[in-house]
Amino acid sequence: MSEASPAKAYGLHLGVIALLFGLSFVLPDYYHGLLARIMVLAVFAMGYNMLFGYVGLLSLGHAMFFGAGLYGAGLAIIQLGWSVPAAFAAGLACGVVLSAIIGLLALRTTGVAFMIVTMMFAQVFYLLILYFAAWTGGDQGQVVPQPARVLTFGATVLDLTNPTVRYMSALALFSVALLITLAIVRSRYGRVLVAIRENEERTKMLGFDTFSNKLSAVVISGTICAASGAAYALLFGYVGSSFASVQYSILPLLWVLLGGAATTLGPLIGTLFMYYVIDITSGYTSAYLLIVGVALILLVLFFPKGILGTIRQRWLGWLP
Amino acid sequence: MTPLLTTKGLSRNFGGLRAVDNVDFALMPGEIRAVIGPNGAGKTTFVSLVSGRIQPSSGMIVFDGADVTGLPAYVRVRRGIAYTFQITSIFANLSAYDNVALPAQRTLSDGRSKGAVKAGVMAALERTGLAERAHTLAGQLSYGHQRLLEVAMGLALKPRLLILDEPTQGLADSEIDNFIALVREIAASATVLLIEHNMPVVMQLADRITVFNAGRILAEGTPEQVRENAAVQEAYLGTAP
Repeated sequence: MSEASPAKAYGLHLGVIALLFGLSFVLPDYYHGLLARIMVLAVFAMGYNMLFGYVGLLSLGHAMFFGAGLYGAGLAIIQLGWSVPAAFAAGLACGVVLSAIIGLLALRTTGVAFMIVTMMFAQVFYLLILYFAAWTGGDQGQVVPQPARVLTFGATVLDLTNPTVRYMSALALFSVALLITLAIVRSRYGRVLVAIRENEERTKMLGFDTFSNKLSAVVISGTICAASGAAYALLFGYVGSSFASVQYSILPLLWVLLGGAATTLGPLIGTLFMYYVIDITSGYTSAYLLIVGVALILLVLFFPKGILGTIRQRWLGWLP
Repeated sequence: MTPLLTTKGLSRNFGGLRAVDNVDFALMPGEIRAVIGPNGAGKTTFVSLVSGRIQPSSGMIVFDGADVTGLPAYVRVRRGIAYTFQITSIFANLSAYDNVALPAQRTLSDGRSKGAVKAGVMAALERTGLAERAHTLAGQLSYGHQRLLEVAMGLALKPRLLILDEPTQGLADSEIDNFIALVREIAASATVLLIEHNMPVVMQLADRITVFNAGRILAEGTPEQVRENAAVQEAYLGTAP
């Protein structure tokens, strides 16, 4: 948000990307697969953070944007037999269109009303998936057939079901989303978004059209979430209605709160943390959700701004 | 010379209360105009109508020859009407620099260059004496400095009309003297509309004074004329002994 230390900020982010790249070669199979999934879901959290962290708009309906990407890409392959790049583009396009429509309608409200309106729209989206079960597969979901999940560049064929290709694809998506987020929040546009979060009335009186800035933020946020959903369908091969349920609207909020709202790397850290806590505790007890709950309460008590948010506040003020 | 700002029959009702009642007002370019009046006279409502924060019930606002009555506030800001809030309204969690960078980045036609924003921000901070505190969080500035930051944000908009709503409220006497000098300097490049309760400040600064009472203009004139006006004395300054 400030004009200072671009080298430091970009260095840190490129370092994180390099670290994730390196991990691909040392992680055991199980964690390798898990991290690929986490990176894709971290993109979902980053999209959510764009709106919640930077603009201060709390949506409880982002599962519909993830779902739009998931079904947009998945159904394009299953029902229409499209190629992987075309299906990914279809997923993105669904995200752009849906978020623009939802933004135009939901941004008439603020605060609690915005939460409820977004949640209602997401429920409508979820119920539509169930209603059109003949096409979507309903609550059973559908598997994206393995032979369709290949990327062809001339003579080279990349099989997205291959663990290494999958990991690198997830990393590529993650890196693009991370660098886009970083560029946005460091830009003047990002400064306006933060200003809207801090004091919308004042921002208006400085001559900014806050409605169109908020609308574009909803579209950027929704599109990043749709990219994550589309990648999920293509890399993990499953399209199911549970991903559009209210649980998947609340999860990105939790991930972002854990990692630190309005920090660029917070969503990754929150998603990682949550997955590993679940993974480790479920190995010991079936009551692992209890331990997850206790961990969440402790975090809120001692790290009210999330892990990275607190680190930034106490030690590293330059973190973007 | 044509006025920079005129209002015709401007009214605003809040329920049964007529906060601004059929006001015809004209402001010449380059003027420092003070708006005074007892509490509840409709001063803040009047400037809120001019800046577009609230919509009039009836009447018309003309700025620089164009009807701006139906324009949203942010468009009026872009046309050159800047408003500084009566109750300090800054971005407390952003640095003073970022507070001023917001208006500065929007007014620059050459929107690409970072150097231009920085120069614009530092110029506004220097004029208000806040340059040394550029990287302090605005919420941590003293109250007087927060008021100055409001003005710096207004300046960075490069306004043609700067509306100051009780700018000296809560300032120490020493700060008020600096403030008067600052407003004089601003008036060299912009028209100033000033709501103010502090009479010495009004008498020193204003070219003309408009007195509001119960939503209407009670009197208008030079400081001397207003001081001598019997109706004003009765309504506002109290009856002469």
